[in-house]
Amino acid sequence: MIIQICIGSSCHLKGSYELVEKFKAAIEAHDLDAEITLAGSFCTGKCNREGVTVIIDDETYTGITPESFKEFFREKVLVKI
Amino acid sequence: MRKFDTKVQHLKYQVLKEVAKEAWDDTLLRNFLNIPKIIVPGDEPTMRCCINKERAILAERVKMAMGGNRENPNNIEVLPMACDKCPASGYEVVADSCRNCLAHSCEESCKFGAVYFDRDHRAHIDKDKCKNCGQCAQSCSFSAIVKRERPCMKACKVKAISAEGGKSASIDNSKCIQCGACVYKCPFGAITDKSYILNVIDMLKKSAQGKGRVYAVVAPAIYSQFKHAKLGQVVAGLKALGFHTVVEAALGGDMVALKESRELSEKGFLTTSCCPAFVSYIKSQVPDMLPYVSHNFSPMVEMSKFIKQTDSEARVVFIGPCTAKKGEAKLEASKPYVDEVLTFEELQALFDSRDIELEKLPEDVLDNASYYGRIFARSGGVSEAAAQALREQNIDFEAKPLVCNGIEECMKALLVASKKLKAGQMPEYNFIEGMACLGGCINGAGCLTHSEVKNKMEVDKYGKEAMEKSIKDAVDAVVI
Repeated sequence: MIIQICIGSSCHLKGSYELVEKFKAAIEAHDLDAEITLAGSFCTGKCNREGVTVIIDDETYTGITPESFKEFFREKVLVKI
Repeated sequence: MRKFDTKVQHLKYQVLKEVAKEAWDDTLLRNFLNIPKIIVPGDEPTMRCCINKERAILAERVKMAMGGNRENPNNIEVLPMACDKCPASGYEVVADSCRNCLAHSCEESCKFGAVYFDRDHRAHIDKDKCKNCGQCAQSCSFSAIVKRERPCMKACKVKAISAEGGKSASIDNSKCIQCGACVYKCPFGAITDKSYILNVIDMLKKSAQGKGRVYAVVAPAIYSQFKHAKLGQVVAGLKALGFHTVVEAALGGDMVALKESRELSEKGFLTTSCCPAFVSYIKSQVPDMLPYVSHNFSPMVEMSKFIKQTDSEARVVFIGPCTAKKGEAKLEASKPYVDEVLTFEELQALFDSRDIELEKLPEDVLDNASYYGRIFARSGGVSEAAAQALREQNIDFEAKPLVCNGIEECMKALLVASKKLKAGQMPEYNFIEGMACLGGCINGAGCLTHSEVKNKMEVDKYGKEAMEKSIKDAVDAVVI
């Protein structure tokens, strides 16, 4: 699974750095290093009012925040692995 | 608010704008010969002796806007027809101003016996004896002695321009560092930089058809430019032109700062490599110093490389104040990463060719780099960033920078350092920061407005607005 987190200016200002850290920690905690490739991407053109854009394989999700991260990771990452 | 410093810049801009307009409409090949007439439509000349010469010179400018002479690898070229062949005779007595005085301080001050007097006691300078030291001019109480030199030759500190026999200026490509100082200083606009604006329009058009995504990598000097609008509006304008997104070259600066400081601590002596004109000078004039030039890419190339690693469809256009970057982008090492280079002047023409009024656009955002990456744009910035990067990486090495502001200071420093290093001695500094333009990139030839002091303040202010306070934070946020 390839997870791309938007690191463009807009998402950067909305906390993409914090989200990257959360992804890294969650991947480690669930021992998914071998299954998941984490990468950055400059602007997907889907800038949202709130939160960060994340692309998982070919699916784009917008508005991910540190608060919604836990649920997002469970529903969109863990169940698919 | 005035967009440019000089009318010469404005003329170049008008040409670029018209060329771009036709290119967007796919009518350039049919209409490019009409552009001079669009700019000077009337029967009366507006700048030169006759309308025909004006239009003939404008036709040359159109050629430069379309990429210029491809046979000539230099991105800076003389338009011989536009050159006014300014006098370059050195020190001369201005007849009206010489008061035929008794003191003859000019004669006293001249160590070479070059000043003589005619029957009316008026001073003259013997060209065969004169060494151009300027003492006579300083000594004259009436300021009656002036130095006649061509503004282009005066601007060119590396002495790449000659004007033998009173001819049009010519550039020695083996000495030219493409800094563009002559381009900005020639009052006739007779030396100009080639534009690759057509390649950029082509990329943007293809991208609109779904072929590739065009990224704009903007130099931090941009903060002191386009002051008729906010930076966020410039970003919005770039997206309105069709750029996929806008990334700060300053983030490349942050990446370079981390690597270059490590390289400095390993090698013990280093010069910067971010200014292509400075590197070009070392290559051609002080090759002994080449081993000491940082092997790191410039922030432009570093950033472009990073973008291409994250997106295989990416095309990268660097937008900055620099004419020398046009040359750097064509080097074998940079070619795979940087697809094209635009100056701020050219960007303004591109905006106006699409009638994009920045002031009316909503504000977009631009934030990836730290303070330190951003201050690469001004003299002293790279040195500050390198020292900070050593601290952040806990490297126990003291950087002793020598900040060389402008190519003249660089030339002196390189000469001294090369002599010392050859003799096995270590200079009292271990890091030469070389910037060819006075003040740094903020005063580059491709700027819309030039001001060493004001532009530095603007860039420092922009640096302090960065969300990330340290270099590592800025880099860690993107290098996942």
